[in-house]
Amino acid sequence: MLRVVVRRLLQMVVTLIALSALIFVWLRSLPGGPVEALLGERATPERRALLTKALGYDQPIWVQYGKFLERVVTGNFGNSIRSGDSVAATIGRAFPATIELSVAALIIAVGIGIPLGYLAARHRGRILDNVIVVGTLLGIAIPIFFLGYLLKDQLTQGLHWFPPSGRQSVGIDATRVTGFFVLDGLLTREFDAAADALWHLILPAVTLATIPLAVITRITRGSVLEVLGEDYVRTAEAKGLRTRTIRGRHVLRNALLPVTTTIGLQTGALLGGAILTERVYNWGGLGSLISDSITGSRDYPVLQALILLAAFVFVVINLIVDLSYALIDPRVRVG
Amino acid sequence: MPLLDVQDLSVVFKRRGEQPFAAVDGVSFSVEAGQTVGLVGESGCGKSVTSLAIMGLLPKRGNSVSGQVLFDGLDLLGLSDNEMRDRRGRDIGMIFQDPLSSLNPVVPIGVQVAEVLQRHQGQDRRESTRNARELLDAVGIPDPDRRLKEYPHQISGGMRQRALIAMALACKPRLLIADEPTTALDVTIQAQILTLLKELVNGTGSALIMITHDLGVVAGLCDTVNVLYAGKVVETTERHRLFAAPRHPYTNGLMNSIPRLDLPRGTPLTPIRGSVNDNIPWREGCAFAPRCDNVLDVCLEGTPPLVDDGYAALRCNNPVSHAQEVAS
Ligand SMILES: Nc1ncnc2c1ncn2[C@@H]1O[C@H](COP(=O)(O)OP(=O)(O)O)[C@@H](O)[C@H]1O
Ligand SMILES: [Mg+2]
Repeated sequence: MLRVVVRRLLQMVVTLIALSALIFVWLRSLPGGPVEALLGERATPERRALLTKALGYDQPIWVQYGKFLERVVTGNFGNSIRSGDSVAATIGRAFPATIELSVAALIIAVGIGIPLGYLAARHRGRILDNVIVVGTLLGIAIPIFFLGYLLKDQLTQGLHWFPPSGRQSVGIDATRVTGFFVLDGLLTREFDAAADALWHLILPAVTLATIPLAVITRITRGSVLEVLGEDYVRTAEAKGLRTRTIRGRHVLRNALLPVTTTIGLQTGALLGGAILTERVYNWGGLGSLISDSITGSRDYPVLQALILLAAFVFVVINLIVDLSYALIDPRVRVG
Repeated sequence: MPLLDVQDLSVVFKRRGEQPFAAVDGVSFSVEAGQTVGLVGESGCGKSVTSLAIMGLLPKRGNSVSGQVLFDGLDLLGLSDNEMRDRRGRDIGMIFQDPLSSLNPVVPIGVQVAEVLQRHQGQDRRESTRNARELLDAVGIPDPDRRLKEYPHQISGGMRQRALIAMALACKPRLLIADEPTTALDVTIQAQILTLLKELVNGTGSALIMITHDLGVVAGLCDTVNVLYAGKVVETTERHRLFAAPRHPYTNGLMNSIPRLDLPRGTPLTPIRGSVNDNIPWREGCAFAPRCDNVLDVCLEGTPPLVDDGYAALRCNNPVSHAQEVAS
């Protein structure tokens, strides 16, 4: 087990270095750049040269990359070109918002998807199964943007069931601890703030959860159907075990193996969906930060750090998936 | 009263757009307490379906079961799902053909044995684990303490089948059904497993239904033998009578196709010609007629009845005469 973890961590370092190099070169190959963004189109060549030199962009790219790596190792990602704030602080402000949203979406997707998939499998070929399967098709096919605006229009403007945007109502003066608003409210016992944050969270989380929910439901359904036909389930029946034991210990435990992998993949994809969802609900997380940093100013330091962070999160998720897989499946543990 | 009395059992599979198919077609046989009864026939003749019907383990949809399965005089086919669930594993145990796929790959062996005891004897985890250890020991698994915590992929095929036997016999059921328990194993292991089964049923007094396509297995184990052909019993008799004088041409053919040590070396084996694919439906005659050496015109005129002359029950118009065979 430990060997697996160490090997994975090494792989992770290599992946991150390779990825950061790629991103570094790619960003600089895009037309425009921070200098143009800061000075505008009509700046004199002298001023441009001056700023380019000041920012260090006149040096060969591998020198720039070397300096970047040096800074990464010391944990210093430099300052944002746009705001002048440190990159760490800039990202630190947006990060909890996105994590809170993604975790909520994941809880919805897993918490509803697995039971729903199981239910569909048990009712295979009957009405309930058909309804669920058609529902998942819709869920996969519907664009996040469209769904987001639809929910927002119907449930906030018309019905006022939910707030249209943001993470907290204006009137509420909440104390910040972690940056996860719902958690903060609970920690500081400001329960009205927690409830308010939760109320803001629901629609965006549902929007973001739709695709992973549909995918997890389908995979669970297929997987359960396959396991139900296995010989060991027949053995369990032949032993006269209670339905509860058979479902939990013999069917679900085996059926969840492929589902675990799916959950990992969907969590990775969640980051992409979060960018769109955050736009719709004005959420102010990493998604907003990324689009601002690309369109406005080509904010190299922020973008580099963001992409590295995303890759890091992705690799960590993969590691968690591998470990939980090994936890469920003893056949993997030995290898 | 026999322990198990199967009366006119039929299982018809129905698939949309296909003719209904009777995999088991009016089968009757009985098992006395403590007795070992063989169910013999080529693959596809309905042995497994018969055993699953007795256990109530056929798929819930797509088939219809008729007849009676009397266990201690009570018809199991009339029981509710839960009533049947209470009896499986407690009164009737079952072991299957492929030990690897029959074990749950992600649950330790010990748990898979202990769960039967927890379910049917109300034992808690500690007690059932202790008893599971005893059971593994009793079925001849070395180092049972270690095996309790191991997973199916970590032990050998023979040991897996032993573990499955331990599960099936954990509650000392009065009837054990073994569906080709040695087919998936190496020849040397096969003999060990058969010996073990014999010892265990003798020790616990369980009756055993031994399902096999191998007359060699029958010879070593069974008191009474039922030979199945295309879903019907064609011959039922005591084991030594069967081996002394197989009377149905099909049984006779099976007998001639096993290697024997008591014949001179070089005596050719004579397999039954044709295959189950040549069967005709029973209602148009004897299903075995197209492959039979003794076939008469009357064999193509409706199903021959099963006639019991007190010596054996036989479904044949022109049985093999052994006087004739000795002469030739
Ligand atoms: N679930 C099922 N649906 C349809 N046909 C089946 C099913 N199970 C078994 N059969 C058919 O019933 C016949 C008897 O099968 P089985 O009892 O498994 O034979 P065997 O004697 O080899 O154990 C076979 O022709 C098989 O194709
Ligand atoms: Mg079979």
